[in-house]
Formats: sequence, structure tokens, C-alpha cells
Amino acid sequence: MSDKDIALMAHLMRRAGFGAQYGELEARAAKGYEATVEELLNPEDHPNGLDLDLAERYFIEWNHFVRGVPEYFMWRMINSESQLEEKMVLFWHGILCTADSKTQSYITSYVELEMFRRCGMDSFRDMLVEISRDPAMVFFLDNCLNHKGAINENYGRELLELFSMGVGMDGQFNYTEDDVKECSRAFTGWTITNAIPAQPYGRYAAQFIFNPDDHDDDVKTFLGETGRFNGEDIVDIIVKQPATARFLSRHLYSYFVADDGQVPSWMDTPPQDPETIKMLEEEYFRSGYDIRSMLRVLFNSDAFKISRFSKVKSPIETVVGTMRLVGDWTSPKPGFEPIFDEMKHMGQEPFNPPSVEGWHTGKEWIDGGTLVQRINFIGDYVGNANQPGVQDIIESLGSDGAIISPEGLVNGCLRRLGHYELADETRDMLIDKASKWGKLRKGSEEFPGHVGHILQLIVAAKEYIYA
Amino acid sequence: MTSEKKDTVLVVLQMSGAYDALNTIIPYADPLYIDNRPVLRVEPEQVLAIDDKVGFHPAMAPIKDLYDQGKVAVIQGIGYPKPIRSHFRSMDIWHTAEPEKMVTNGWLGQAIRELDPHGENVLTAVNFGRGLPRALAAAGVSVASVGNLETYGVLTGIEGKDQRVEALEIFSNMYSQAIGTGPVNDYLSQTGLDALKGADILSTAPQRYSSSVEYAGDLFSQWVKNIAQVHLSDFGTRVFYTSLFPGAFDTHANQPTSFAKLWSEVSNAVSDFYEDLKEHHANEEVVILMFSEFGRRVKENGSGTDHGSGSVAFVIGDSVKGGLYGEYPSLEPSKLDEGDLQWNNDFRGTYATLLEKWMGLDSKSILNGTYEQFDLIK
Repeated sequence: MSDKDIALMAHLMRRAGFGAQYGELEARAAKGYEATVEELLNPEDHPNGLDLDLAERYFIEWNHFVRGVPEYFMWRMINSESQLEEKMVLFWHGILCTADSKTQSYITSYVELEMFRRCGMDSFRDMLVEISRDPAMVFFLDNCLNHKGAINENYGRELLELFSMGVGMDGQFNYTEDDVKECSRAFTGWTITNAIPAQPYGRYAAQFIFNPDDHDDDVKTFLGETGRFNGEDIVDIIVKQPATARFLSRHLYSYFVADDGQVPSWMDTPPQDPETIKMLEEEYFRSGYDIRSMLRVLFNSDAFKISRFSKVKSPIETVVGTMRLVGDWTSPKPGFEPIFDEMKHMGQEPFNPPSVEGWHTGKEWIDGGTLVQRINFIGDYVGNANQPGVQDIIESLGSDGAIISPEGLVNGCLRRLGHYELADETRDMLIDKASKWGKLRKGSEEFPGHVGHILQLIVAAKEYIYA
Repeated sequence: MTSEKKDTVLVVLQMSGAYDALNTIIPYADPLYIDNRPVLRVEPEQVLAIDDKVGFHPAMAPIKDLYDQGKVAVIQGIGYPKPIRSHFRSMDIWHTAEPEKMVTNGWLGQAIRELDPHGENVLTAVNFGRGLPRALAAAGVSVASVGNLETYGVLTGIEGKDQRVEALEIFSNMYSQAIGTGPVNDYLSQTGLDALKGADILSTAPQRYSSSVEYAGDLFSQWVKNIAQVHLSDFGTRVFYTSLFPGAFDTHANQPTSFAKLWSEVSNAVSDFYEDLKEHHANEEVVILMFSEFGRRVKENGSGTDHGSGSVAFVIGDSVKGGLYGEYPSLEPSKLDEGDLQWNNDFRGTYATLLEKWMGLDSKSILNGTYEQFDLIK
């Protein structure tokens, strides 16, 4: 198995998951790239880390009626063997986002995450119907206040603007203000029972109901089509639009392939890689809006395979990826909160998006505070030789008492971190640093410290900010 | 010390968790206060009276002293349209100055951009705490965020002084190279170098500082001390920010003990800070804004108070015209908003006052509108 195969596998696992240790990369590379893609796309029987009810017995401070749902989500990202499934849950949460500050019902948020797990790689048409019926979303975007004869446009507008088509494409608007109103009319009567927020009725998961008495059943004209449309009819019209294919393709590209600007800029800024977007759009229509098919085409494309290190890692990718690299939190123990808080301090907390638009990505993750937080956090972990994953790296470099060259040490560390590459000048600086330690004897008392130090310097480099 | 007039400085102290405004500035003579607060009320003889209607909670004696010296503006009945009783959303509204919709940029982040449009000083704004409050966030604005001034820095996990010095040199070289191309790499380089430079400069503050004032040992007091240390080091910082820990004032239960303890810590910290500035002849250039995200329910729940709306805020400093501003909201049941004090002045009026009259900025673009200002700056 060549280094090239393992480097490609490291790339796939960073993007289609939250990274993997070297041993897993070798095993997957032996199985083959396409086979691994298929396994990620079809995660039927894999262990998920721990079911919520079990997790709550170990982490007694978690109680999904009150809190603990974002923490449990993070736990799953670290430990689930269905890595792409969790990565897609995060994908959808970033687009179809709700905020606990308004919904204030984690039990309802949990139901939403489970829906993303269930539907995250199936039909986009079904996903749009599901999210329109999702109790947390119905409450978050006020569709429960959208009544026959007195529409509330909040959901109707965001369904078009943020969830499916986007404001415009190629400089043209995708829909009119009248379309927003007609869309909103079609979703009247799509409401919930049981209270969100919790008080004063206590904490129950809200349920979706369709109230025919509050539904506007009159004729509507939406995107040029006319009929007595209900919400599902609207979704059927939306998914047929070229704008929808473009919008979903750009989201998948931005999330998995390369940073491509913030969503509000998409109306006027064309995709940076129009060919790949076109390929995804075609697969969208060919497969009947099937997300799994689009992902298959994407991961097997050359554009994806050559896109290493062209995305800034999000805070969640950074924290979860570090835990998976060093092998911490593979089983429950006290003190998870500070790990969870790290990603908050780096600027990303599930169910607390900065706006209904979700998180801005790419370079916007980085500012003076968050950069220092990120570098120090990863540095503290990879510099700790007690972490099992770090021990593995040290042992993989050898314990036979033989001498390793400074170059061998630096290259070995880079490889074990997932085949990272540094600019020549930077790599030379690290080699120069290692050469000052005299003869580097594998298995010596100083050896783990030296490996840890080189790892700390690598993760502080600009190149390591990228995935 | 030069005779030249110093740049004005704004210090924001966030009282997280929503303090009970009714027991902070207390309408002690109002029979409705007594009726609504059978257990939690502060008896009139204990209230530190401002006039025959309202007064400070007894734990706030150090702030009352400053008030008596004419240095505290009490902004009564502060709030925002369509009050929301969620801590997070409400704090967000205070941070972004935008009650209608969720937005990304903070009001101070935008102010910092106006103060230092080319990002010339990496320390124009400094936050003490874990993570950057959204108030300070704005695209392209660099803010130093410090958890612990004594240990703040890049690569703090590297052991051994010489090792670390060398590591920082490597870091600086790594971020100085024009590796790769394109705006993202340039931006990352600049941010990395700014952070390193900021940490370098900040780390000298504790050594430069000496004072006869001794701050208390709690985290908040220490952060307030850090603000004094950095301000007195003359790094050109114009905006400082620090917060009580999340939910500190969220007194749904057992309010009397925790409420008094918090106000006592905060008031002592503020008063120590003022004395510290005075000792260093820096008292005229600093103004403090102290706020909480909302007030609490008028009617107590037996041992605490639940989330409410109308609140009270404080602007403190030598350059402040002390006194009562705004109106104390009525406790008449018909005047309450779902059992809560009805706000009567928009918090953005206070922001506009500070931005325009203190920081010399145009508030309209930052606040997305024009708000009635108070005449509270000398």
C-alpha cells in the first residue's frame, strides 16, 4: 500500500468524517477507496458510540429533557463508526439550523438530530418535507403563527432563501416576493401541539400536526405553476428548479471539497469550480434528488481527490478531530464539559448559530482569539505522551534504540498526523530544530518529548489550520 | 506623563444571568414592592437611599459611595422592544444591538473597526474571559481575548523557557513566510502574527504595573485588575470587556445569599478599579458600562425570581454626570408587561450616548438607526 493511497484515505476521512488514526487509515486503504466510500454512504450496522439513554447513565449531568443534547451530539461525532452519517447531521444542522435560545426544548432538538440521521443521505425532496414538519423548526421560524388569512412569512421565506434555492443564481433572482407569500399560504395549518418552550407546561417533545381548519386551501400561483397547493406540492415544485440543484451542489461542495465563499454571495459570485458543480447538478436530477448518489459522485471525483488542504477546519472539526487523533474520550469519564466548551470558545456551538443563516465558514472561523485557542488546544493534546494516540505515534516511529534522522522524525510525525505537508521553509525549520537535540535515539527517555515537541510545532503551523 | 489629552476608553462589564433590577435599585417606599416581595424584599432601613423613592441594595455600598461623589449614572427602565425572556437570545440582542433579527456583527466589533480601520493596533480591544463575546465580533476585526493575563500566549503548552522562546521564534517565522498564495493565507499569516505580537505586548503588562490597591481573589475581580494593568500600560486599548461567569445572576432560587455576594464582589471590584485608576491619574479617561440582559419578575417565587424584562444599567466614571436617568417603571399591575417591569428607554440610546459622546463615533451606522441619547457625559 503506497503512501499516496494512505494520504488520500486520510483526506477522505477528514472530509467525510472527523479524521482517523493511522491504523484505521491503513486498514481502510487496504480495503480500497471506493469500498470505503460505499461503507461510509451505507452505515447500517455500525456502533454509534453509545445510545442516548446509556450515555445519560454515565454522564449524569446530561438529561435530554433539559440539556446535554449538544454534548451528546459531540460525543457521537467522536465515537460513532458511522462517521459520514454524523458529518451529514452537522451539515444539515448548519443549513437547516435552529437555535436553542428560541426553541428552549432540547428534547425537541434531539428529535431534529435524529431526523437528520434518518434522512440525511436520502431524498432531498423528503428532507424538505421533513424539515417543514420538524417541530423545532416549525416553532423556530414561526410557522405555528402562520394562519389562514393571516400569514407569517418567516418559514416560507427561509425555505426558499436558506433551505432550497437561495436568493438568486447567476445574478438573477430565483423567486419573487409574491412567491414567498404564496409559499407561506401553502404552509398554513402546518403547526405543532405541545408547548415549546418548556414553561409553563413542562418539558415534552412537541409534535407536528396538520390543522385543515387553519389551512388556506384556495388556489395559489407559485413559481409559475397554479393549483390548490399544500406544503408538499410546494416542495415538489421547489425540487424541480435548477436553482435548487445549484444551491444544494454548492453547499455540498463548500462543506466537503473547498471553501467557496459565504452563502449570501452566491447570487452574484459564480462557483469557483463550475464543472464539479455541473456534475453534481446533473446527478441531482438523474438520481431523482438523491443525496447519497450526489455524495458518491462527489467523493469519487478527481476534483475531490485533489482538494486536500483547501478548507479551513471548523471548530467542531478541530476539537472532534483532535480527540479522535489522540484517542481521548473513547469511553465515558467525568469532565466532558471543558472539551465541549473548547469549540464554543473557538466560535461554534451546536444549537447556538450566530444567525438563522447558520455559521459563516472558511477564514471567518479565524480571529486572534480563536486562533490562539485552537493552536494551544491542539498543542496541549498532541504534546501529551500519555494520550493513547500520541503513544501510538511515538511507537510507530520505533523503540528499537536505533538512531532516527531529524528529517525522519519530522516526516514521520507529518505522516502520522494524516500526511500533512508543510512549506519547504517550515519543514526545514523543524528539521533544524530537531537536529539541535543531538542523536535521536528511538526508545530513549527523551524521545517521547521530542516527538511531542515536533507535533506541537506542526499543529501550530498555518498548514494545519486546513483540512 | 504628557499633558496631552488621552484617548477615551470604554470598559464594559457584563453581568451575566440577568440581575434582579428590582432589588438592585430598590423602590423601597412603594407598597407594591413590599407586597410583591414578602421574602426577598430589602427593608427600608437597610436600603442605601438615593432619594425618598429608590436606593441601592446594601451590598452595593462601594458603588453607592461613587454615586454620592457624582460618578454614577443609573439608567432606570432600560430594555428593548418585544422583550424575550431567554438569556441567550436576550444577551445576543444586547451584543448585536439588533432586537428584530439574528445578525453576526457585534456593536463593539463595529465600533473597533471605526476606531482602528486599518487594524494598526492589535490591542485596540481586549477581552478578558474564555471565548470572544459576540459584542466584540466583526468580520476582519482582530480582538485579543485573554483567559489569564499571567499565562496568556501562543503555544503555552510547550515546557521549558528556552524551548518555548525558540518555538515562538519558529512560529513567527512560519507565519511570516509568504507560503502558498491568496487572500486566505495572507489573512491567516496576519492573524497569527497579530496574536503573537498582542500576546508579547500583553505579557509585559503585569511587570509594568504596581499599585497599592489589592483586588479580591475571585475571577471577576482579577479580570478587572487585568483591565487596569493593561490600561495603565498604555498599549492604546480603547475597548475592554469582561463578564461574570454565565448565569451568575440567574437567581431562580436562594436569591438573598447569592445576589448579595455577587453584588458585593462586583461593587468592590468596580470601586477598587476606580481607586487604582485614581492612584495612577488615569481616572478621567475611563468610563464603565455595566449591564445585564434583562430584569426579573416583579413577583418573587418564594426564594428567587424568574425571568423578566425591564432592567437597570450603570455608567460609571469621573467624566460621567452622576444621577438618575430614565424613569423607574411602575409596579402597578396594569402597567406591567406580563408581570414584568415595562422598559421605557431603548438600550441603544445608552449605546448611542457612549459611542457618540464618549468615543466620538457616529452611532447611526453601528446601531442601524438613531436613538435618543442621555446627557450623561461631562
